[in-house]
Amino acid sequence: MAEAMILAENLSKSYRKVKALTDINLEVKEGELFGLIGPDGAGKTSLIRILATLLLADKGRASLMGLDVVKDFRKVRQMIGYMPGRFSLYRDLTVEENIRLFATIFDTSLEDNYDLIRDIYVQIEPFRHRRAEALSGGMKQKLALCCALIHRPNILLLDEPTTGVDAVSRREFWEILAQMQKQGITILVSTPYMDEAGRCNRVALIHNSKILQIDSPANIEAGFGSPLYAVIGQDTYRLLQHLRQYPHSGTVYPFGDSIHYTDQRGEINTADLAEWLRRQGHANIEVLPIAPNIEDCFMALGSSQPDASSYV
Amino acid sequence: MKRWFGFVRKEFYHILRDRRTMFILIGMPLVQILLFGFAVTNEIREARIGILDLSRDEHTQEIRNKLMASGYFRQVADWQRPEQVEAGFKSGDVKVVLIFEEDFGQNLKREGLAHVQIITDATDPNTGQTLLSYVSTIIIDYQRELNQPYQLPLRIEVETQMRYNPELKGVFLFVPGLITIILMLVSALMTSVSIAREKEMGTMEVLLASPMRPIQIILGKVAPYVLLGLLIALGVLLIGYFVFDVPVKGNLLLLAAEGLLFVITVLSLGVLISIVSPNQQVALMVSMMVLMMPTILLSGFMFPIENMPPFLQYISLIIPARWFIVIIKNIMLKGSGIEQIWQETLILFGFTVFYIVLAIRRFKVRLA
Amino acid sequence: MSDTVNHSIQVRELTRKFGDFTAVDHITFDVKQGEIFGFLGANGAGKTTAIRMLCGLLSPTSGQAEVCGYDLFDQTEEIKRNIGYMSQRFSLYEDLTVEENILFYGGIYGMKRRELRSQTDILLDRLGLGPIKRVLISELPLGWKQKLAFSTALIHDPAIVFLDEPTGGVDPLTRRQFWEMIYETAHHGTTVFVTTHYMDEAEYCDRVSIMVDGRIAALDTPRKLKEQFSANSMDEVFVKLARP
Repeated sequence: MAEAMILAENLSKSYRKVKALTDINLEVKEGELFGLIGPDGAGKTSLIRILATLLLADKGRASLMGLDVVKDFRKVRQMIGYMPGRFSLYRDLTVEENIRLFATIFDTSLEDNYDLIRDIYVQIEPFRHRRAEALSGGMKQKLALCCALIHRPNILLLDEPTTGVDAVSRREFWEILAQMQKQGITILVSTPYMDEAGRCNRVALIHNSKILQIDSPANIEAGFGSPLYAVIGQDTYRLLQHLRQYPHSGTVYPFGDSIHYTDQRGEINTADLAEWLRRQGHANIEVLPIAPNIEDCFMALGSSQPDASSYV
Repeated sequence: MKRWFGFVRKEFYHILRDRRTMFILIGMPLVQILLFGFAVTNEIREARIGILDLSRDEHTQEIRNKLMASGYFRQVADWQRPEQVEAGFKSGDVKVVLIFEEDFGQNLKREGLAHVQIITDATDPNTGQTLLSYVSTIIIDYQRELNQPYQLPLRIEVETQMRYNPELKGVFLFVPGLITIILMLVSALMTSVSIAREKEMGTMEVLLASPMRPIQIILGKVAPYVLLGLLIALGVLLIGYFVFDVPVKGNLLLLAAEGLLFVITVLSLGVLISIVSPNQQVALMVSMMVLMMPTILLSGFMFPIENMPPFLQYISLIIPARWFIVIIKNIMLKGSGIEQIWQETLILFGFTVFYIVLAIRRFKVRLA
Repeated sequence: MSDTVNHSIQVRELTRKFGDFTAVDHITFDVKQGEIFGFLGANGAGKTTAIRMLCGLLSPTSGQAEVCGYDLFDQTEEIKRNIGYMSQRFSLYEDLTVEENILFYGGIYGMKRRELRSQTDILLDRLGLGPIKRVLISELPLGWKQKLAFSTALIHDPAIVFLDEPTGGVDPLTRRQFWEMIYETAHHGTTVFVTTHYMDEAEYCDRVSIMVDGRIAALDTPRKLKEQFSANSMDEVFVKLARP
């Protein structure tokens, strides 16, 4: 079997009062596209920075290709391509100058590794004399990826590369990542978008500094505890309130223009519920059994927010 | 090495593309030297002097002759009575007034002590101070001449706050001072801001995650500013020489070497500041507070160190610019060689080592 | 619903040019009172320019528009007084406490001190933030900050509230609590104008418009748009519109 390219054991990290990571264990295998999925403030950036040798954990240890991120940090830095969450290239340099600069920093050249980045580079090549600051969000991310790939790293660490990027560019970016994976690069990517989980081989759901679950997206969805139903009606606000009053109601969450509903009894007769809602004055009610998605699982797994009194 | 040169080239792109900063860097020294130069020289040539000589003896006459012979003054009034002084001042006819007490010569001979009073128009304090120091210099020169052949303890007490300015070249002082300030500004301030900018923009994060070593990053940031600083200093020197006849009496190579030493001193200080500053704004503030203000106010550029209260004099000891101003003045105006300035050089060298060691120890190979 | 629908926003052929560049190109749409209206578009599609005009911060080049019944050309002060605004990036002062922030915003809109005090207490009670009203904003979790920011934007009871990417990056549960707050607000008659480029936020809106290159390329309910473009999600609708 493939060896662990990235290994984290019992990692913990705090900033003063705030816990950023609590006892994180994870293993990424060679050639895997691994997603770190969770909302802002979950601890994704801290974890990636520790793996990128940029931050010291308070507790626990981590290694990349068997090299310790603290002791062997110089060697680790040779092997990783890192893309921080914020756009971190030189805004006053042109596209080409940025790429060439990072090539020289890693003692290589654009030409040497052209085959690796060709597919991305051709997309930004028309703008190669444009300054980085004048690029669109999607183009900036592609450029940053080019720069992170220029030295043919074994491992790519990407911190929220698709945040703040429009839907079209997000898709293109994931397509590129799939290609890089085919080239044999192990990729760890973080994202707050639950719907991007499906793009990864395996994902870690992370929330409030803890990992909720690590598995393939399909397995996570299959592990959702009870049957799930979508309730669709005209007045979502009132529908929410009535569903919560339904005697057997389990969880009730708005989900775009429908409502995701679980029942305390598990499987139910959808017609009964629809009929009950009609009696509450709702017209055109639909109740459909649906397959849960990652977001449903995330809510089921985690995540009761602390309330104000437990705080302070 | 190729890696490092690539990094330096990038640094030059930053500098050349930031038009506004570039304009300030080149324009400011130019404007400063021209302003200072013309203001100072024009004010002080043939300054109008009024004299109230209540004694009119051989000593007062000799002092008056010396004043006129210096070429800096033009006598516009020779008053008889004290009341006239006030009127002369108010009309703005005179810039400086010299008053000899009654029986000046007799006091000097009999009691070994005579008094003069110098009053200057302090509307423009810089000119006022310069004039004050000129007049008192000439008087004290005279006193020295009197004393030397006979070894007499004759003393002329000059009633003024200004003290002795040994070279009598006050007009030229601003050029060495300005070179110092500009080197400070370009080298320290610009480097500290540029490293802090990498932190602020997040690019430092990417650099840290690369195999670049801290020393390469620091030297790469610093190198362009060494060159830029020296070039601008040379420019100021040339303008001083050709436009204002400021002499360079000493060895040019020595001057360049000392200049380089000073640039490295302040650069390391700049790097140190940038390492402890999280962003550009803090770097700028700290540079202003730690570098520019003390340098301008306490280095002897604006105000003579001898006139400061002892407390400030002690503080001035830890300001690198104070020592460099002494060095550069000595080389340019006196033609001193290394044997006269080795102490100051050694002190600067000590500062440099101190800052560099501190900077390397404080540089973090990780974030936060 | 009655036939005489009240419109909070009426826009006709609104245009804004910057030199030769037309940022907003003859856009026309209406927003009903109490509607949750999603205003979508990629970066650079003209979204920000359009919203700045609607908030009275930027004057249009041509066209007509009324916001809360006030003319966009010469009643911008009235407009500003009747709208609320909340952005994900900036809303509350991190170095002020919860209570200080609310009092500050109320003060900006000229609310009377007593009215403001009582409104503040009601608001804190409803959010369950009463016990921590003297805590600095910087110490709160992101989800709370956002809910508080939203409530603060409503403290002066505006006719329209503009929300800029209100739930981007928030955890799924908090995001749903947030949308319930938005539903409730709309239910009580306040118009909610959401701008975002997160397509999943768009799914929650009553109607959405999608801007492409300065024009409104599509405008309908999320469901009808998905049918029209035979797409499973707004994300796909957007991709089909923007990448023809």
